Amino acid sequence: MALSSKDLIGLEHMSQEEITLILDTADAFRAVFDRPVRKVPIMRGKTVVNLFFEPSTRTRISFELAEQRLSADIINFSASSSSLKKGETLRDTAENIAAMKIDMIVMRHSSPGAAQYLADVLDASVINAGDGPHEHPTQGLLDIMTMRHKLGSLEGKKITIIGDISHSRVARSNIYGLTKLGAEVTLCGPPTMVPGAMEQLGAKVEFDLKKAVRDADALNILRIQLERQSQMVFPSNREYALMFGIDEEVLRTTKPECFVMHPGPMNREVEISSAVADGPRQVILDQVTNGVAVRMAVIYLLSGGDPGSLAGRG
Amino acid sequence: MDWKSIPQEYLVHNVKLCLGGKLSAETGYLHVKDGKVKAIGDGKLSVENVPTFDGNGAVLSPGFIDVHVHFREPGREEKESIHTGSRAAAAGGFTSVVTMPNTLPPVDSAPMITYQFDRARESGLCRVFPTGAISKNQDGESLTEFGDMVAAGAVGFTDDGAPVMNGSLMKYALQYSKMLGIPVTCHAEDTSLAGSGVMHAGSWSAKLGLPGIPRVAEDSMIYRDCELARATGGHLHVAHISTKGAVETVRRAKADGINVTAEATPHHFTLNHSHCQTFSPMFKMNPPLREESDVEAVIAGLCDGTIDCIATDHAPHTVMEKELMFDQAPFGIIGLETALAVGITSLVKAGKLDLGKLVYLMTEAAAKIYNLPGGKLEEGTDADFVLFDPEQQWTVLADEVQSRSSNSPWLGEKLTGRVKATFMGGRNTWLDKDFS
Ligand SMILES: [Zn+2]
Repeated sequence: MALSSKDLIGLEHMSQEEITLILDTADAFRAVFDRPVRKVPIMRGKTVVNLFFEPSTRTRISFELAEQRLSADIINFSASSSSLKKGETLRDTAENIAAMKIDMIVMRHSSPGAAQYLADVLDASVINAGDGPHEHPTQGLLDIMTMRHKLGSLEGKKITIIGDISHSRVARSNIYGLTKLGAEVTLCGPPTMVPGAMEQLGAKVEFDLKKAVRDADALNILRIQLERQSQMVFPSNREYALMFGIDEEVLRTTKPECFVMHPGPMNREVEISSAVADGPRQVILDQVTNGVAVRMAVIYLLSGGDPGSLAGRG
Repeated sequence: MDWKSIPQEYLVHNVKLCLGGKLSAETGYLHVKDGKVKAIGDGKLSVENVPTFDGNGAVLSPGFIDVHVHFREPGREEKESIHTGSRAAAAGGFTSVVTMPNTLPPVDSAPMITYQFDRARESGLCRVFPTGAISKNQDGESLTEFGDMVAAGAVGFTDDGAPVMNGSLMKYALQYSKMLGIPVTCHAEDTSLAGSGVMHAGSWSAKLGLPGIPRVAEDSMIYRDCELARATGGHLHVAHISTKGAVETVRRAKADGINVTAEATPHHFTLNHSHCQTFSPMFKMNPPLREESDVEAVIAGLCDGTIDCIATDHAPHTVMEKELMFDQAPFGIIGLETALAVGITSLVKAGKLDLGKLVYLMTEAAAKIYNLPGGKLEEGTDADFVLFDPEQQWTVLADEVQSRSSNSPWLGEKLTGRVKATFMGGRNTWLDKDFS
């Protein structure tokens, strides 16, 4: 089995089998991490461009590490350090890249649809590292990988995502991926951040945090963008923390085995208390480790890697 | 006879006349002399020594009138000029257009009106009727010189593209324009509710992660402006109506006797927000493409007279601008060259409206809004007319577009109904490539 597309744009159009293939492959790579030499020569001679039109530290480093461990040649391009200015379109950038004969592009862009656009005009593989609030598929996959390690099969499991769903690419990719694997997804946050139309993506909406966490097997807590406060979307950090913040008191109302995830970076004492962020119920650093493995798996599979041969290496 | 060399006096025969909202069952004729209609009617006419042209069975109707176009001159000629816009109009069967004032700088004084008339006269392909801005520099603060602009030929006032958020300004505009007997046109959008929205707020915007423009941004402003029209007695014209709520508000306002008229665009009675899922900026316009229930409400409004006419909101943008990402690309699409075909394809062929009514909405009904000449063909009127084949199928191709821009959502689409020839004041302004 192989992936049906040369690109990874989002989880919306992926099949359950494809998602499972990536996760299984990521598990195999994760096993490599515990060996003294973590590098494999799979992408030797291939060039990957990390094209970041929006600042990102975590995702970019995670992708770079994944590329390095696969022995790819890497070029980093970020908008702040480039000549990209108003008047130059993404097509211009894309044509430049195509002319340089690149094998793969990892792109973050503020516009929904940007990764799809690039994928349509280029022969190279495109991995979406976040297109505005639309999708962030590798984040969705690493979240699901982390849940799978804890929960086994996700069939029938209850996952609650809390935060600014409306503006979250993480939420969208989580919803698509999780529902495809049979999980039940509940979205929670103030109504100004959780539009009712999100139910059409296959999730439930629950504004009462207590009800939203009561039966959950896992909580995925999204980062609150503090600048949205000035856009009248919520009254104050304090009130958000009081009504939707996850602290130990909230965790006492959940199932005892329910665990806590966060894509980072965290606003401690706003969406998550330090006691929870550093406590025994969180798997946040596991997510970071899995992120590298998932990205290795995606790069490997998109460049035509055979999952069977990888198992042989282990 | 050759259509390319039209004499001062001629006859067109073998045509089906479409006048006053009715398509004639039999063939008829049109007799033109010195740019005016000398005679028109069913049956046959032969006048000695007058050359006769064969209409090949095409429909002959008054030239179309589009009361909402953006010709971009002065200032944004890379998108369109008065000449290229007029050329697109002629190719679409239009003989008169009403231009919006959001040029660079905006049309906010009498010399600007005069300038646009002069440019249109030089081009000579279409009658161009400018509107003036409501506020100086379209900044929403103080009234422009309505009287001076009307004296120069302005047919209406609008801050289209820069919605009037200040209710007092809108009230004064309606009061003042009432004295002058011309309408004030509203682009109904509460910009604080529209925010940074780029498409209709609904299931698709939630899915795509694109910021939405809710219906209430339009509904609330149309309600405000209808009440201002009630209070002042001024003539309010609602541009590009797009929501079911807005249609209902206009319907009620008309029933109450308020002096309000409305127009709808071909894209709002044909397309819905699901088209945005391709992220193609060809589906980005303002007001945005709404839901199927809104499309149905707009069609119902056209059928029952709540919506008075069809207008395209022809809004040219360069290829580069429309190659930007959806959230960054400008709003708007061109519409002049596809208006008839989209009307025939999605209204007439779909059985919603008959051809006579469609033509009426694009001619006589449109002329009434701004008290324009044209829209009728009778003895003595200007010989502004169009010949079209309502059955011919054709594919919209960027290379064949006459506008300077080609930002159309129908590129590559097959449509039914093709303009064969257009005449303004008896003069040929457009001839389809295979028409002879
Ligand atoms: Zn407008």
